[in-house]
Order: sequence, then structure tokens, then C-alpha cells
Amino acid sequence: MDDPFTTEKYTAKSRQAISDKRLQGALADVQARLGPATQTMYSAQPEGAGIRQQAHEIRQRCIENLDILLEALADKVTGNGGQVFFANDAEEAVSCCLAVAKKHGVKTVVKGKSMVTEEVGLNQALEAEGVDVAETDLGEYIIQLAGEKPSHIIAPAIHKTREQVGQLFAEKLGIDYTADPAALTQAARAVLREKFLAADMGITGCNLACAQTGHITTVSNEGNIRMTSTLPRVHVAFMGMERVVATLKDHDILFRLLSSGAAAQKLGGYVSYVGGPGPEDYPDGPVAFHLIIIDNGRSRMLADPAFREMLCCIRCSACLNVCPVYGKIGGHAYGSPYSGPVGAVVTPLLAGLNRAQDLCFGETLCGACKQACPVDIDLPRMLRELRFRLAEGDETWSATPVSKPEKFAMDTFAWFTSHPAAYRAALFSASRMQALVYAKEGPIRQLPGPLAGWTRSRTLRKISSRPFRSQWKSRKQPS
Amino acid sequence: MLPVFPEVTLFVQCMVDAMAPEAAMGMVRLFDRLGIATSFPEDQTCCGQPAFNAGYRTASRKSAMHFIQVFENAECIVCPSGSCVAMVRHHYLELFADDPHWLARAKKVGGNIFELTEFLVDVLHISDVGAAYQGTVTYHDSCHLLRSLGVGRQPRELLSHVRGLTLVEMAQSDRCCGFGGTFSIKYPDISTALVADKVERILETGADTVVGCDMGCLLNIEGYLTRMGHPVTVKHIAELLAP
Repeated sequence: MDDPFTTEKYTAKSRQAISDKRLQGALADVQARLGPATQTMYSAQPEGAGIRQQAHEIRQRCIENLDILLEALADKVTGNGGQVFFANDAEEAVSCCLAVAKKHGVKTVVKGKSMVTEEVGLNQALEAEGVDVAETDLGEYIIQLAGEKPSHIIAPAIHKTREQVGQLFAEKLGIDYTADPAALTQAARAVLREKFLAADMGITGCNLACAQTGHITTVSNEGNIRMTSTLPRVHVAFMGMERVVATLKDHDILFRLLSSGAAAQKLGGYVSYVGGPGPEDYPDGPVAFHLIIIDNGRSRMLADPAFREMLCCIRCSACLNVCPVYGKIGGHAYGSPYSGPVGAVVTPLLAGLNRAQDLCFGETLCGACKQACPVDIDLPRMLRELRFRLAEGDETWSATPVSKPEKFAMDTFAWFTSHPAAYRAALFSASRMQALVYAKEGPIRQLPGPLAGWTRSRTLRKISSRPFRSQWKSRKQPS
Repeated sequence: MLPVFPEVTLFVQCMVDAMAPEAAMGMVRLFDRLGIATSFPEDQTCCGQPAFNAGYRTASRKSAMHFIQVFENAECIVCPSGSCVAMVRHHYLELFADDPHWLARAKKVGGNIFELTEFLVDVLHISDVGAAYQGTVTYHDSCHLLRSLGVGRQPRELLSHVRGLTLVEMAQSDRCCGFGGTFSIKYPDISTALVADKVERILETGADTVVGCDMGCLLNIEGYLTRMGHPVTVKHIAELLAP
């Protein structure tokens, strides 16, 4: 398979997104709608503005006690008649699900939107076994029909206009073309209703899990996840191993923040707590419930104190809705289901630092993500930390130094900065050299070599013929 | 009454020193006018931020150690750049986290450094420096200044007291201009898309001047404005407060 993470791809997909006017409008719209509204929701919480820091502490505590909490969760779920499987990697997670499907003779699957199943490549694996898979979140359904990838964690089809969806539905569902969102939703609903009723297995993700009660929580605004987890005979839930919290009280705070962060809502429209299969004397609910808890690289984050904080993330996507870079390049440039600032940190950690290096270098470190995060994760700190491992190499993450010329340039600059006489001499000679190279008047219009990127769209002020330090020397002292 | 400072030690960001000396001269004139003595340790160079943000911590530590040696005996350091102050105040602690000796020295220096507008408004409690400027001005919030130092109110307070000046807020003034240090050179397409948006927000205000407190952002904005031929003047706040 093609590597989704090359610099060429990052650059090309960024460029493509930036020149797509309709996409730019859609991204600006979602950011303008959700970015500020999310901040308002946080400060409207009864705990006050400090709730994000409080939630951060709760999450940190969960992560420090992850082993105990996961065991407690697994015990409770098993006690309720469910089955729990710990998957070390994507392959194990997928084959566990395939085994369950085989055991129950599953031919058709309905799915709730779940980025972790995108992460492990579940759909392709099921389809390869001849299982019919239907995404049931409207956005996911659209991109599944289009054969594309999600470009936003909670609004996966944000890159598609309603006209494009209209054409897609006309072609794939055989309906008359319409760009009316209500009519398109009805069309999808008619197809999906049949899928729900016929499905042998429902697959969902897990927004949060609670060790105290032994339940997982799913939330949607379309009701599709609840139908996925209750209608089919078998329910399989995929859960990133970090998603557990200790108590119902902690769960309450985080769940409110998840809804605020994701969609500026007080609470998502449909919230389900699932603790196991339906009891025997119940008329509905699945007969079997499987919880697949996935590591897939998360233990490595846990083991590194600099990146452990990333496991606090509840994947709400609030950071996408404020990130200036995401707002321009959209989700596809990130080459992973996790885009935006969260993707810029978590994707290199999951896929390999060198492989996905553009994600962490291609951010401005503006800090808007940290401010928007409902659990106050210091994403800029981790971006700098990733850059550090990449710049200087790092054994634990098998990272090799990214650029010898850049390292040489930085080392040289550092040498000058710690030798003030040489620094001064360099400054003044640069100022004079520049006068020889560039026209006398006006700013620089074309920079050489690796600096040329700047002058593609900008001029640059020249180094002054009289830097401050020389003006300081000759200034008149105040009387 | 002003608090009595024996002296303000100037840290003139390398970019200001080399490319915007008039901003630093403005700062000097401002302190002269307020009757505050200034000094400028001539051995100062760069705080190490470019290398730090790009990941080169060994190189950054070299610059940072030199900075600490130059400034550790200064009681009060003032700098016309928010991101450099954030570097010294916050990120030196990251840089020297594993080195107790340098960490202690870094903490001391970090506690004594102030960004110019923060120093004027929060430390000296001055919001009217007696400046005048004829024009309509819009203010760009630099990311590190606003989000790492929490400075956004202070420059606006100073600007609101400048005679003849009309302050018009741009939409999304706190949105990144797309500079981001080496980012602007490594990812020029994205950087350009961001600065183009920023300039659009600036032009929407009809202001004739855009003001900020960080030269990096200002060079980026100015570079795009100039290339596009928009007649908007770019000024560091110090130039405007003490012309």
C-alpha cells in the first residue's frame, strides 16, 4: 500500500485543499461555528472555567492507574456476561473481531462512527472476508459510498458539499438528483433502516468507559450508534485502552466536556451506557457483547513521560475546530483518521516519528489547541518534544535525525550566539554583504536556497545598515 | 509614583536588533521619557528560541546558557518581543529540566524578564505614555504573547491612550498569522494561506496601520502586504508609543 505520510503527499494535499474554495468555506464555517461556541460552553459549566484543569487531573490520574482501571472494567463487563479481549496491535484487534464474526455466522455488519476502527483498518478486513459493512453515521456513510477517508473526527464528510453528496447518492443509491439535505438524509435513512434490521453484528467505538460501573459510553446525534448496539444479535465495541475513567463522578465531568468539545452541546443527543449483552429475559439487546481494548502503540506513549499526557485525549476534536493549519489544509493531508493538532501528535507516535514527521513540523505552535482542549492537553509542548526527538534522533522511538544541513545551520547559529564578538562581526558583515547582493532600495524580493519559500509570496525586510546595537552606542545620553 | 527601579536592562530580540532597530530605539526613548535608566549588555545575542522550536535543543541550550550568563545579574529585563519572553520565562524550564544547576539559574532570569507592554502596564502601572499618532490602527495578537504570557489587554490599553489614534479591532485578531519560525520557510503554502487570511482581516478594518508586539509576526504580515501592494503601514508598538 502507498505510504500516506510522505512530504510530497503532505504538501500536495495541503495545496489541493488550500486551492479548493468550497472546502475553505466549509472549514472556515465549522471553525467559526464550533470554535467560539465551545469556549462559551466550557465557561458555562457549573464548575466554572477551571473545569478543564480539573478534568486534566482526572485524566492524568486515570492514565497513571490504567492497568488497575482496565482490569476492573474487564472484570465488570465479564461479570455482566460480556467478553473482553486485549489487543496488542491492529492485527490482533481485527482478527479478534473476524473470529467473533465467524463464530456467529455474521454476513452483514452495521457500524457506528469509530476512529479507532479506522485506525486498525477494520472495514477493509471485514470486506475481504466477504462481510457486508455499512457505516451508519451519515457522514461516514457518505464517505464510505464515495470510497474516501474521514477528514474530521466528528464531521468526517466535511470536505463534501451537498451537491457532491447529491450526485453521489444519485449514482450509488439510484435516486433522483437533489441537493436538499433533508431529502438526502431521508434517502440515506431509508437504505440504512433496512441495513439495521438485517444486520447480524453491530460494531461501535467507545467514547468513554467507566471502571466503577463497568460500562462503556457511546454518544451520537443521529441515534445510529444506539441502533447499532441494540438491534443486531452481536455487539462488538472497539476501545482505545486509554478511554477508561475510574468513577461515575469523573465520567460525568468528562462526558459533559466531551459533548462541549465535540459539538458545543451540553450533552450529545443519544447517550448509551453499555455494560454487556441483553439479559436473557429481555426482549431486545444483543445476545453477545464483545469489548476489544486496543493498545496498538499506546503503551509506548504510556512508557514515555513526555508523551503520556497524550493518553488524556478523549478525541472530541475541539482542537481541530480552532487550529489555523487544519482550517487551511483540512483532514486528508494528515494521512490518518486523526487529523488536526491531535493528529499531529498522535499520528507520528502511532505510525512512526520519521514517517509522519511533516505532521508535527507542519504546525505553527500557536497554542490555540491547548486553549480549546476540554482536558487542557499541552499539545504544543508535545509537538516541540516530537521535533526534538526528530531533530536530534531518539532511540526509544527509533527516530533518526531529520536533516543534517538544518542541524549544521542550527549548531552554527548556536556557536555564534555564544561567541558575542563573532556574532557582532557576523551581523555587521551580513548587513554589508546584503548591500552588495540586493538593490539599494526596498525589501528583499528573492531569498536564496532553502529560504526561497518565504519570498514566494512575501518580501523580507533587509538587515539594517545600522542595527540597534550600533545606534545604541552612538545615542545621546538623556540629561 | 512610579516604583523605583535602579535600571531596566534591555534585551533586544535578535530580529529587532538586526531588522527593526527603530522599534528598540522607540523603547529606549520611551524609558528616557519616563525617566527610567536603561542599559544594554552588548554581549547579548539570541535567546535560543528558533533552535528550540525546531527541535534542536542542544543548540538551543548553548544560546540559552549564554543568555543566562549575560542577564543573570540584571534585576529587571525588558524585551520588545512576547515570544522571546515566553521562551526565557517558560521554555528555559523545559530546556534545563534535567540540569538542576542551570535550571536554578534559568528560573532566576525567567522571573526577572518582562515583555515591554506587560512591563509598562502591569509593573509600572502606566497606560498613558503621552504618545500621539494620527491614524487608524488595528492590533494583531501574537500567539505566544497572548497565550503563553496572557498579554492582550496591556497593548490595547496603551494604544487606547495614544492621542489621535483610532483603534479598530480586526476579526480573529488572535488567529495565528502563519509565521511560526522555520514553519514559514518549510511549509510556505500553508504559511502563505494563513498570512493571506490575516491580511484580509486587516484590510477589512480599513486601518492604515497594523500594530503588534512581536517582530516575527510583523515581518510576515509586512512581507505579504508589500508583495501584494497594499499600502498599510506595519509598526512595532514601541515605534508608535515613542516616535
